[in-house]
Amino acid sequence: MRSHVGQYPGLRIWAALFFVFLYAPMVVLISYSFNTNKLAMIWGGFSVRWYEKLFTTGGIADAAFNSLVVAVIATTVAVVIAIAAALVLVRQRPFGGAGISTALISMPLIVPEIVTAVATLMFFVIAKAAIGFDFGIGNIVLAHIVFCIPFAFMPIRARLSDMDGTMEQAARDLYATPWQAFRYVTLPILMPGVIAGAMLSFVISLDDFIITQMISGPGTTTLPVYIYSMIRNGITPEVNAASTILIAASTVLVTIYWYVSRPNAK
Amino acid sequence: MQRTQISAWLGVAPAWFVIGIFGVLPMLIMLGISFMVADPYGGVEPAYSHEAYIQFLFERDLDDSLIFNPIYLNIVLRSVGLAAITTALCLIVGLPVAYFIARQPESRRDVLILLITIPFWTNLLIRTYAWILILTRNGVVDARLQSVGFEAGTFDLLYTNTAVLIGLVYSYLPFMVLPLYASLEKMDFRLAEAASDLYANRWRVAWEVILPLAKPGIVAGCLLVFVPSIGAFIAPDLLGGGKRMMLGSLIYFQFATARNWPFGAAVSILLMAFVMLALLVYARVNKGQGLPAGGH
Repeated sequence: MRSHVGQYPGLRIWAALFFVFLYAPMVVLISYSFNTNKLAMIWGGFSVRWYEKLFTTGGIADAAFNSLVVAVIATTVAVVIAIAAALVLVRQRPFGGAGISTALISMPLIVPEIVTAVATLMFFVIAKAAIGFDFGIGNIVLAHIVFCIPFAFMPIRARLSDMDGTMEQAARDLYATPWQAFRYVTLPILMPGVIAGAMLSFVISLDDFIITQMISGPGTTTLPVYIYSMIRNGITPEVNAASTILIAASTVLVTIYWYVSRPNAK
Repeated sequence: MQRTQISAWLGVAPAWFVIGIFGVLPMLIMLGISFMVADPYGGVEPAYSHEAYIQFLFERDLDDSLIFNPIYLNIVLRSVGLAAITTALCLIVGLPVAYFIARQPESRRDVLILLITIPFWTNLLIRTYAWILILTRNGVVDARLQSVGFEAGTFDLLYTNTAVLIGLVYSYLPFMVLPLYASLEKMDFRLAEAASDLYANRWRVAWEVILPLAKPGIVAGCLLVFVPSIGAFIAPDLLGGGKRMMLGSLIYFQFATARNWPFGAAVSILLMAFVMLALLVYARVNKGQGLPAGGH
């Protein structure tokens, strides 16, 4: 009797079906990207011609370059801001502004993306009309920094909470300046959290569609925005190839994140 | 103020500066715009009006009298309905899966969680687009059916409520499974064994021991699925073909095509009100648990 506790019939099959459901669409998409037939839905044999075509048409390379520039800058700024905030919110107790600061940093997670998108659009249009504020692709970077901060913040805060302050205390006792203690003691131990946070915000920035779609103009198209305009023009093998590249990029980044953020990671 | 307090504020100042100006300020501007007059060429005229909120329920006749107009109310009801069904389906599908994973040996658990995390971080647009290939006429399923003798178009779900629902469940299922797993993994399984020793059968163990222990995960998962579902734009746009509008697509439409900023802003405020309501319910049910992490 005892051996049956917590065992339920069909659980294994249910979980197996769940993973099939989760991966079937992506498998279909990836396999069709290697379909030589111009009619995307009819299998004609294996080929990489759509990838070749993608790389020889100009638009997508520009869009991919924009995506990378935005993601690199937004991630770097967001990580620096998140480290500064986490050092205060984890280490400096008591701090009167802790609750409201945490709420402010979490805000981008709670507001629906479409609302953020249109609010940011109106903000930039009005800012341009009122004070001539328009940085082109810089506008997209600024919008991305806002929603990258919480994703950079969460793993960094988690890592910092797991560290005790004794190492820094020891460094300070040995006459290290606060900066030296941070640079040579805190930061190296904090690094897995920083890498994890950077990975997450990089993926989030790279994947963002709705907010970027709203505020991007000619010349500031990113990869998801470009793919959306391709989808709007119909299902083509090129869309499948472009999508597969983005899936591959996210998978690699998330796997790295998973690897460095495992509890036993050094 | 003490020195440490000042240095603490300096540390969080960059976050306040960036999120304050480019996150909070735009929301306040949006609230203001929802009370202004629409400029037919896009943008607004700086004059007070609550016309945008009236437009939800009424349209103006030629003689300026108000006539009840259920179009937008229907969109609100469809959004709330589809979001609620999505949440329920995600819970039904996700709970057994989360339990299954939590009962696996640790090394296998890690891999299964990674397998759920990968779609979680994969581009939503692309994951939704992939469903077009499956659901459309002459798509993957329809083509297979044709090859065994069915007529073309036997299986054609694209641009239906069902398609939108499939897309939503698919999009947000990981948001349900991950918090469920987080609370089931922490569960002390000896409680289930104790219940069994006291002659509870395994279904009673599930209902009276496991389910209550999973409650924080259930509540967090429901919140993380319901909130993005109700404001979804991609699934109704790609799989509903713009014909099955939800609040998210209605907002998008006001800025991309209709150029009615005040109405778009007012719908956004309504959507925020639903989100706040969901958060309040969450706080009520889950006292003292804090906000769940993750989700976008």
